[in-house]
Amino acid sequence: MTSELAAHAATLQGAPLLDTPAAQMQAVFDAQLSKALSLRQSTAAERIVRIKALREALLSEREALYAAFAQDMRKSKAEVEATELLPVLDEMRHIIGRLKSWMKPTRAWPTSLSLGLKARIHYQPRGRVLIIAPWNYPLSLCLGPLVSALAAGNTAILKPSEMTPSVSAVMARIIAQVFDPMEVALFEGEQATSQALLAMPFDHIFFTGSPAVGKIVMAAAAKNLTSVTLELGGKSPTIVDETANVAMAAENIMWGKFLNNGQTCIAPDHVYVHSKVKAEFVAQCRQALDKFFGAEGSRSTNLDLTRVVNARHTQRLASILADAQSSGARILVGGQVDESQNYIAPTLLEGAASSSRLMNEEIFGPLLPIVEFTSIDQVISTINAAPKPLALYLFCNDSDRIAQVLSHTSSGGACVNHSMVHFAHGNLPFGGVNNSGIGSGHGHFGFKAFSHERAVLTGGWLRSEKFFAPPYTSKRTAFIRRVVDALKLPML
Amino acid sequence: MPAPRKSVSVSRKSWSIVTADESPALTMRKAFEAQASVALRLRESTAAERIALIKKLRTSMLARREDFYAAFMQDMHKSKAEVEGAEFMPVFDEMRHAIGSLKRWMKPKSVTPVLTSVGSKAQVQMQPRGRVLIIAPWNYPLNQCFCPLISAIAAGNTVILKPSEMTPTVSQLMGEIIRKVFDPTHVAYFEGGQTTSTALLALPFDHIFFTGSPAVGKLVMAAAAKHLTSITLELGGKSPTIVDETADTELAAENLIWGKFINSGQTCIAPDHIYVHAKVKTQFIKAALAALTKYYGTPAKRMKNADLTHVVNTRHTQRLADLLTDANKKGARVIVGGQVDIAERMVAPTLLDSVNPSMRIMQEEIFGPLLPIIEFTDPDEVIAQINSNPKPLALYVYSSDEKRINQILAQTSSGGACVNQCMMHNVQGNLPFGGVNNSGMGSTHGYHGFKAFSHERSVLTAGRLRLEKLFAPPYTLTRFKLIKQIVDTMRLPAL
Repeated sequence: MTSELAAHAATLQGAPLLDTPAAQMQAVFDAQLSKALSLRQSTAAERIVRIKALREALLSEREALYAAFAQDMRKSKAEVEATELLPVLDEMRHIIGRLKSWMKPTRAWPTSLSLGLKARIHYQPRGRVLIIAPWNYPLSLCLGPLVSALAAGNTAILKPSEMTPSVSAVMARIIAQVFDPMEVALFEGEQATSQALLAMPFDHIFFTGSPAVGKIVMAAAAKNLTSVTLELGGKSPTIVDETANVAMAAENIMWGKFLNNGQTCIAPDHVYVHSKVKAEFVAQCRQALDKFFGAEGSRSTNLDLTRVVNARHTQRLASILADAQSSGARILVGGQVDESQNYIAPTLLEGAASSSRLMNEEIFGPLLPIVEFTSIDQVISTINAAPKPLALYLFCNDSDRIAQVLSHTSSGGACVNHSMVHFAHGNLPFGGVNNSGIGSGHGHFGFKAFSHERAVLTGGWLRSEKFFAPPYTSKRTAFIRRVVDALKLPML
Repeated sequence: MPAPRKSVSVSRKSWSIVTADESPALTMRKAFEAQASVALRLRESTAAERIALIKKLRTSMLARREDFYAAFMQDMHKSKAEVEGAEFMPVFDEMRHAIGSLKRWMKPKSVTPVLTSVGSKAQVQMQPRGRVLIIAPWNYPLNQCFCPLISAIAAGNTVILKPSEMTPTVSQLMGEIIRKVFDPTHVAYFEGGQTTSTALLALPFDHIFFTGSPAVGKLVMAAAAKHLTSITLELGGKSPTIVDETADTELAAENLIWGKFINSGQTCIAPDHIYVHAKVKTQFIKAALAALTKYYGTPAKRMKNADLTHVVNTRHTQRLADLLTDANKKGARVIVGGQVDIAERMVAPTLLDSVNPSMRIMQEEIFGPLLPIIEFTDPDEVIAQINSNPKPLALYVYSSDEKRINQILAQTSSGGACVNQCMMHNVQGNLPFGGVNNSGMGSTHGYHGFKAFSHERSVLTAGRLRLEKLFAPPYTLTRFKLIKQIVDTMRLPAL
């Protein structure tokens, strides 16, 4: 057993984390108020300095992060770099280069009813924000939103996941080193900590997690009229039709699905494959798996495969697998489970009943059901009968079919002949819709999520409101009526 | 408080609170379910199809123009001029804006590539949210119901409309129009009170657009949370107004008296209270009194002035009377007005002096024709006071000192703001209209309204270059080093 495996094994018996006392968090929240007010006037340069300081602190802890990720979920260094550090540093770079232009008030074009008035949209910080991060990408999904929040001029309280304690500890050290708690504070803990935080009247909450907890977060936010960004999940469907480049599709889906061992909110959840290409697709998937993770027998010791985050989730996946098999599913590849190592082999299945848990719950692990289809319309109606997913992937070379699938379905985002990478595109809004989320993040959209777009109108010398003021003589009433009639004319 | 005046003699069928019958929950559920297949079909509807419906709605509204005058007179004694200026005009402006811009709004927007997405094509496509619920308030019952309806139709949604039960005549008329223009599987209309709202809020809509009070907004958001329904909340709050020593007091007074007393103060963005600098206070009050006389005649005649809208019902008239009594009892001084006629649902335009924070009038949203005037000398103190309250829907500053204006705007927050102007940001169709936190969530009007009812869906289409291959396992040492190098280049400035 390698040292990384040994370290990972040690955390399997980790002690539960202590919750942070509510009074301590309340005191920090209260202390952030005056800071939040002063940040309303902070400049782009001041905010960029903070972001750069965070970047340097983060990079100086690179080795510690490798170790922490190995400890918590046996994530390989390559994936720590590519899926944890890269998105955060990309977000930082994007923001550093554009923040000044984002912060500039934008001009609103005058309308016929507002002649003579100067109209601008100002971007104001929301104030004090709460960021609740998940365990699957504990660094990227915690610090990514933090960078947006800082760019927009907010104070933040971070609540990382309790399931990845080693990574949380490194992040806590970084945050404490870079920020005064009045500006950014990080509190570790479990449900009690989250509940205490959710009771506070934040100006905005950015939550990443499951739809079930998302509902609780939104209900808590409602009590204080706190605005929310909810980054949730769902069963992201993938379609490979008969016109697809099957080898490319298989390789891309195997990469997207088994990266982080399927513990990705936008991972392909299940794949609809046209019956004409199904055999070829499965063969290509086997080949891609061999290429990525070696021969099937050796995968349980493969260091490139992240482990399931904890025993509870391993058991959940094992029971979903057992349930699928008893419903008639056949394992094509994988299926091995080693609960003592939180290991589940990359698994392809076919023939799972539509009533099975595999086909109804978000899988969030290395199990990939393959569903054969012949009618695309049927696939579309199956997708539309389920809650709107976070992502939808379509592998197809028929542009009419692509347009049809995209316009007939809804999803947070979508990729054509690709999976996952819309997440990495800093100029695209990233987020779900309804069950898969509310609001969006990344780049300018992340900046806007943490900003209030305030309309500011300045009166000029032309006081058109005078024409609409009382006394409402019959002449004035007739005039107003004529203005209303004029609105039937087309716009210039 | 002065004794209530004798009732004015305007003929009314009934001025008691009329509560519309509740709509049966089962009927509403069936209508909601019937909209499901239409909502899916609408994902593909064209701009031309949506525009045709908006135009049909406009024609039907115009055909009932005279009936609207009568209905508004019946429900709240709103004058024709205000029906035209404050109900029809915003709706027609919204229609005109949508008709002229919809094709452009609906077009997918290509976004510029980033380093990690070289070789792929990325677009943002505007999709309808699906089935939406619009709950409208009573203060501008037509405008606040049909404006969001137009945005929802423009964005390609099915709609269930729930008008206010407090303006039953207008609601009935709107219902007739909606039923004539739309099939109920596209737009359904249900009247009723709290029971109807509660039943509707239990349905899993894709979006809810609510206009009303913060207290009810919280209930709406909590109900929406159960189904992860996205929301737009247009709420209210105490919108503060500042008139500083450099302001053109005459302009400020004339503008504010207009903004406050249009619709008798029953406007979500009406100036709630005014901070006036001590140096110009006397001058401001004098100008305000003159503006009142210009608009509404001499004080003695105002209770009978036909240009003044009445309070919507006796409950709200009583609420305003109580606010006034409470303020009087705690030392407030009525400068002008103060008369209340509960039976006629009439409250005279009232200016108040010597108010203090212990009074209910300084704690609750006034939403009526009572205007407290507060003297100040230190703008920092005013700013601190504004910041200690929930963020208001609007903030108005009258000043000719550029530095002061910038200071106030930068140090406060509010849904929207006007400088040397009030209310008109609501009329600027290219500005996002909405509150922040206690005053609302999300925004509307023009493109912002279209976006509120749309889902911005990212669509990335791969090209020939497959950059992800560089990041795929097996993670050999060479591959790891390459990835690390890419991460390091992220420290270089963006192009």
